[in-house]
Amino acid sequence: MLNIVGKRYWFFGLSLLLIVPGIAALAIWGLPLAIDFTGGSLLEVRFEGAQAPAPAQVVDLYMELGYGEPLVQSAAQAEIIARSRTLDESERAELVREMQSRFGGTVTVLRFESVGPAVGAEVTRRAAGAVGLAALGILAYITYAFRSVPGAYRYGLAAIVAMLHDVAVVLGVAAILGHFFGWEVDALFLTALLTIIGFSVHDTIVVFDRIRENQRLHRRLQYELLVNHSIVQTLDRSINTQLTVMLTLLALLLFGGVTTRRFVTILLIGILSGTYSSIFNAAQLLVVWHNREWRHWFGRRA
Amino acid sequence: MTRLYTHRLLPILLLIALTVWIDLPHPKPVRIGNVERSIDVVRGLDLQGGLQVLMEADLPPGSIVRAEDLQTARNVIENRVNGLGVSEPVVLVAGNNRILVELPGIGDTEQAVATIRQTALLEFVELQRGDLSLVGIPGAIRTDFGLVATENASVAETPTTTSAPASTPTGEAAATGSTPESAESTEQPSGVFTADQIFHTVMTGADLADALVDQDQVGNLGVSFTLTERGAQVFGDYTSAHVGELLGIVLDGTLISAPVINSPITTGNGIITGQFTPEEANSLAVQLRFGRLPVPLRIVESKTVGPTLGEDSLRKSALAGVIGLAVVTTFMGLYYRLPGLIADAALLVYALLTFAIFKLIPVTLTLPGIAGFVLSIGVAVDANVLIFERMKEELRSGRTVEHAIELGFSRAWPSIRDSNLSTLITCAILYWFGSAFGASLVKGFSLTLALGVMASLFTAITVTRTFLHVVLDNLRQAARPGWFGI
Repeated sequence: MLNIVGKRYWFFGLSLLLIVPGIAALAIWGLPLAIDFTGGSLLEVRFEGAQAPAPAQVVDLYMELGYGEPLVQSAAQAEIIARSRTLDESERAELVREMQSRFGGTVTVLRFESVGPAVGAEVTRRAAGAVGLAALGILAYITYAFRSVPGAYRYGLAAIVAMLHDVAVVLGVAAILGHFFGWEVDALFLTALLTIIGFSVHDTIVVFDRIRENQRLHRRLQYELLVNHSIVQTLDRSINTQLTVMLTLLALLLFGGVTTRRFVTILLIGILSGTYSSIFNAAQLLVVWHNREWRHWFGRRA
Repeated sequence: MTRLYTHRLLPILLLIALTVWIDLPHPKPVRIGNVERSIDVVRGLDLQGGLQVLMEADLPPGSIVRAEDLQTARNVIENRVNGLGVSEPVVLVAGNNRILVELPGIGDTEQAVATIRQTALLEFVELQRGDLSLVGIPGAIRTDFGLVATENASVAETPTTTSAPASTPTGEAAATGSTPESAESTEQPSGVFTADQIFHTVMTGADLADALVDQDQVGNLGVSFTLTERGAQVFGDYTSAHVGELLGIVLDGTLISAPVINSPITTGNGIITGQFTPEEANSLAVQLRFGRLPVPLRIVESKTVGPTLGEDSLRKSALAGVIGLAVVTTFMGLYYRLPGLIADAALLVYALLTFAIFKLIPVTLTLPGIAGFVLSIGVAVDANVLIFERMKEELRSGRTVEHAIELGFSRAWPSIRDSNLSTLITCAILYWFGSAFGASLVKGFSLTLALGVMASLFTAITVTRTFLHVVLDNLRQAARPGWFGI
């Protein structure tokens, strides 16, 4: 039989290898927060029948109108995305009129979003609250569902650690993508993150559930072997479910609209990480705890 | 055993027929008995383009916004928004101090924002009998109030013919309430009036002190009102000179009620009676009291999506959904063989059922909402995978097919239940997060995912199970292991 639990420290090592660069990126560049969290305005326009102006020209226009210095990006098909301080509707209209008269052609507003700074701050607070609350809710539920097993709270905590693993991977990826490709962490990203949390725990519970069942059936079996047995028994299911979810997400990625592309990519990465952590990390943590292995981590081997 | 499951097949087939009927396009509202409802997909803002505005009570920090005031403000704003001619505007109270406005497909966003922000205007105007047909038509009344430069002008213009004070303490204005009596309402269509007819404003809401739901001497419901000192003067003069005529109550250009002046009202207290239901009376009282917004609001967030972006995403996401479903069903058939094909049939039922639920509730479909739906297909498959894996284990250890199916279900159920409940917990938290900000994208996602998860639990334990028993119970697995992918 496959020995997945025996090689647990290798798998923990691989997880660290995935997480550490992301954490470093987070520490150095920070999260690329969108205006949903920071407050501000985003204006995306298309120029029809004329060439799009250079970003510097748009910056000048903002400055002249007294709207502060914006961050301007060129996008495909003569489109411009400008991020600035919070603008209201009349300021937006003024801006579009000026663009039209100055750069020529027809200016179409594809997207205009404006978020007050206070709202942004509250969204951030609430988002952190939502993640924390989700973790607590799941911990409470698992502890309840596994109440027949000795040390039920361990199962909840191990599931939360596996979940934090996935959150760390996704945040790290977001920081890296944000730095190199200008990706942003917005409300949609938060939605993706919370879904990943849900699925990560979903996967982990299936494995834990098998451990719970096997503990009843094989009372004499050594815990480490029992856990390994449970993981191997659920391996087919873990991989097949993972495959079907990946297939649907891939379909969304390849054939879905541009608007959901980043959302789906984040989901793909997170759900892959979720499957990995539920097969290779979560149950192994239970074994580490059961054997109290931290006594041997430092100093002499006993 | 087999007979039992054949009996179960019938309700499932009925359910399928019902969902198919609901899922078919219904351009017109469906009428069942006295209930008429539109069964159609409601598309979110991101799918059809439009404007979303989030407003917040603009009060000094620390003050508490009363839920009642916020609700009234919402009603006033809805009234204004209706005048914009948008097909399906949404005005919602979000959290405890915000109001969310969504205007799908609106072109002139600057004008729309200006309309939402303006201060509402309550006016009492001079009416002719024929004008009764204008009740309830947004923006049908243009008055001379806005045309006159100063606010006091309308006061100055009121008729000066004064009559002796009425002997009754409260004047009565027995009225038609909000339903116009039909005598002369067969006049030309209202739209024709509005262009050229200008009504005279007797008094504005500024002169109204209070309005309450009340009853007259014979116990009919009505709305009693109190005027300010100046209002009492103006109103007394006007009603004395126009006994027997109509008085129009106009909110933001819409005639909301047109009572008849029964006797002069000179004391500053009056009552409007008519065939009111309690709700109508209350609504009129609220509108009179809060002609202007009961709480000042300021815009804290606004989002505009161009229509082209939305149209493109909708087509593509729908295509992606179909492709995703096709790939998953193929995989299930290849890997799990016969049970896989049965699961595919159950999956189809699942998709039909979920879509029918979306149409019935109705769930506003947004892009993340579609993503949530597609993800829930994955969840639905997972339930089947869990069951089949257990079934295969039982078959390998030599049990009969019928027994293996039952064991597969009972053993897989705790996993399915626990894992899905944790997803539902996350959905609930997401929904709560979304509601506080009117973040309809987040809300849409959590709602569709949660509904999908629940529908998948239902189809896994009813549809898949019944199908499996009906098709497989009489098969001898040992004879055809290939059919089970063992």
